Amino acid sequence: MSTITSAKTAPIPLEKRRQWSQAWVAAAFLLPALLLLGVFLVYPLLTSFRLSLLNWNGLGNTAQYVGLHNWAELLHDSTFLTAIKNNGLLALLSIAIQIPAGLVLAFLLNKAGRGSTFLKVLYFLPLLMSSVAIGTVFRSVYDPNFGPINSLLRAMHLDVLAQDWLGNPSLALPSVIAVVCWQNIPFYMLLFLAGLASMPAELREAALLDGASKRVIFWRITLPFLQGTIRTALVLSLIGSLRYFDLIYVMTGGGPSGASEVMATYMYRTVFASFNIGYGAAISTAMFIIVAVAAGLALRTTRRFETEV
Amino acid sequence: MLRPQTALPSRALLFLAALVWLLVTTLPFVFMLLTSVKSQSDVYLIPVWALPKTFDFSNYLNVLRGSFFIYLRNSIFVVTVSVALTLLLSSMAAFAFARIRFRFNGFLFGLVVAGLIVPVHVTLIPVYLMTRTLGIYDTPFALIGPYVAFSLPISIFILTEFMRQIPREMEEAAQIDGAGPMTLFTRIFLPLCMPGLATVAIYNGINMWNEFIFAYVLTSSPQSRTLPLAIWDFQGQYSANIPAILAVVTLTSLPLIAAYIFGQERIIQGMMAGSVKG
Repeated sequence: MSTITSAKTAPIPLEKRRQWSQAWVAAAFLLPALLLLGVFLVYPLLTSFRLSLLNWNGLGNTAQYVGLHNWAELLHDSTFLTAIKNNGLLALLSIAIQIPAGLVLAFLLNKAGRGSTFLKVLYFLPLLMSSVAIGTVFRSVYDPNFGPINSLLRAMHLDVLAQDWLGNPSLALPSVIAVVCWQNIPFYMLLFLAGLASMPAELREAALLDGASKRVIFWRITLPFLQGTIRTALVLSLIGSLRYFDLIYVMTGGGPSGASEVMATYMYRTVFASFNIGYGAAISTAMFIIVAVAAGLALRTTRRFETEV
Repeated sequence: MLRPQTALPSRALLFLAALVWLLVTTLPFVFMLLTSVKSQSDVYLIPVWALPKTFDFSNYLNVLRGSFFIYLRNSIFVVTVSVALTLLLSSMAAFAFARIRFRFNGFLFGLVVAGLIVPVHVTLIPVYLMTRTLGIYDTPFALIGPYVAFSLPISIFILTEFMRQIPREMEEAAQIDGAGPMTLFTRIFLPLCMPGLATVAIYNGINMWNEFIFAYVLTSSPQSRTLPLAIWDFQGQYSANIPAILAVVTLTSLPLIAAYIFGQERIIQGMMAGSVKG
């Protein structure tokens, strides 16, 4: 009844009117979320770029507009370049260690099946700990005097191998990366376990019926099936490595003398220890650009890889 | 791709790998617990893996008598409010993305999901300045906005996928009965999405419970800080007292570990779902 009358009075076709009202409903449902994303993600992103054009110590109206000066300086800043290099190394080693280890352990848990609840509980424990907690525990684990690593080496009469793991500039970064792996391998294990769980059993059964060996099934069926998950893992670990902060900050603060500096620790020190807001904003904006480009490239190349296989 | 000529790792090798990883994950926890009940001098005097002659729980008592419960209260408050808001806002947005046709639907969805790659650190300075301007610096309220906002992209992504799988017939049946979008959302979609909402709550809850950098920058006194910062603040206080510091770490980790032992299956599922396209 009512639709007929409204169709008569309004010149707009019914279908069109329905779409209009739907747009309003959509707006009402979306607005709160979009508002919050705007205030805490989009606006800060733009503000960071604007701040990067200033020379400002964060106090009062002392800000000076300096154009791209901070950006020019950033390109020649050896600390920043070291930080990028360390982030790159972190990404490389994360991908090379965490993803294969996660894969192997996921296969293992998958095979162990129901009996593995106990293993799962213990294996995933690191995922529940905060990075501050993990960093603090491992600072003691690495301690040159009472830490279990050096104690073990001494007990095995390998005193020469006992080191100041976090205090030695050439060991600090590898020592930190080892803990990064400890913290993140369970995550990739979980990711691949989820991928394996979504694999239809018929796939394997059909191959078995066709007389395929276990090895052939692994390389020809299981791994290709996990391709999408592996791609996700690659992108995640790349993005994650480029913005790594908590654990490194807690364990070494980026030191000793910049040996384990990454972009985020450098940015933090610049802003909240040296009060160089403009320069810190340039570092953080550069970080965003690097992450965005890396993510874009990773998504594109891994997708191309998929079509080739 | 390289194709190794060797057979798949045999059972023995897999078993060995399982054992090695078990030791690698659990030994740091054992070390933490063991050291936290030693006296300060025992740390240097007796071997690392030896039990102390007398268990010293004074570290735990000191921590519990200190401001531990204030940190705990703040954590519970911030995480509860932030998870509730995240669930509300992301389910509403997911409903719009999954079920309402409007121009820019796909574009906006893509934009929201792109929020996943924004590093927290790019927003740190502006959010810090904003928090100061608003006068909520050094209050637990300062954390809620950033926590919810940074949880939205993944939550909207998960819930939209979830809602897309709800059969159209249910929706149409309700519409014939005269249900408007609001009724549809609260009476049909929310109840059907309970498993998805649980997943989102668990995944974000764990992340927020452990969050460090926003809590570190946006608050400064124990009165308004959360549990991860308890570790940080105690470290400043007891710089050389290793057992006391590890007792704090143990205490702050305990709530989540206890929750995990109770709801193990659920929590693993929640983390799995969150990780799939995280």
